[in-house]
Amino acid sequence: MVNEAEIRTFLEGAVNYFDVSARQPVAVGVPYLVTTGSPPVHDYTGIIAVSGRRNGAVCFTAPRSMLMVLLMRMNEPDTSDANMRDLVGEVANTISGNARRDFGKDFSISVPNVVEASSGPLPLPRDLRPVVIPLNWRSHSARLIVCLS
Amino acid sequence: MNALRMLRLMIVDDSNIIRRRIERSQQIDRLEFVGAAANGVEAISLFASTDPDVVTMDLTMPEMDGVECVERLVALKPELRILVVSALADKATAVEAIARGANGFLCKPFTDRQLNDALAELLQDV
Repeated sequence: MVNEAEIRTFLEGAVNYFDVSARQPVAVGVPYLVTTGSPPVHDYTGIIAVSGRRNGAVCFTAPRSMLMVLLMRMNEPDTSDANMRDLVGEVANTISGNARRDFGKDFSISVPNVVEASSGPLPLPRDLRPVVIPLNWRSHSARLIVCLS
Repeated sequence: MNALRMLRLMIVDDSNIIRRRIERSQQIDRLEFVGAAANGVEAISLFASTDPDVVTMDLTMPEMDGVECVERLVALKPELRILVVSALADKATAVEAIARGANGFLCKPFTDRQLNDALAELLQDV
């Protein structure tokens, strides 16, 4: 499971992403451990599988309304579903990739897999407990889900 | 005084948003966008038809990753200038990309200014 310092790595990655890409800060809520069931998700979730020194996944889940505004803040005029899916995967990829600054090169990450809320619970390892980091940006809520051995 | 020659730019990234962002945000007068690819395999194919002088290259991509693609492109055109644009923030990855033939490294997320500064530095002796 991830420790407090490791959670901070992902939290700082999320803060940096919004500072740089959206040019508007994100407010981070209190991280919590999911003890039963699957973590709650929004409309789209980008999943990065992690292997190597650690195993598991890092996910970014967000509502369409937030992704649309985020695309506009990035000066991207195409706010189609395809670009929202692309964005949710790119956010997950960027935060996971940035984490290698602390985790090192053996923290191997996959290309993003994007799922919709309607496709059911996230495909996370059943023997690991996910940590949810709530993110609030403008009037929107999103979550970063870290599920690592 | 000789005018600087135009340089052809190819963008390689599996994210459509990032491909469009780089194309839209780069403001180097000498760069002419000639095409974009979503992975290393597409990049090799596009390279054959567009003969770029400058490439921005993601690392984590399906089919063929960026490190292998850098090596293959440099083998085809040693004078090619490659800027790796990746979220992989560890120093070892940057060092490996440079060792395989890349000329610069820009970490995601990036501002427009950081992108243009990195491209300008990449081209300062071309």
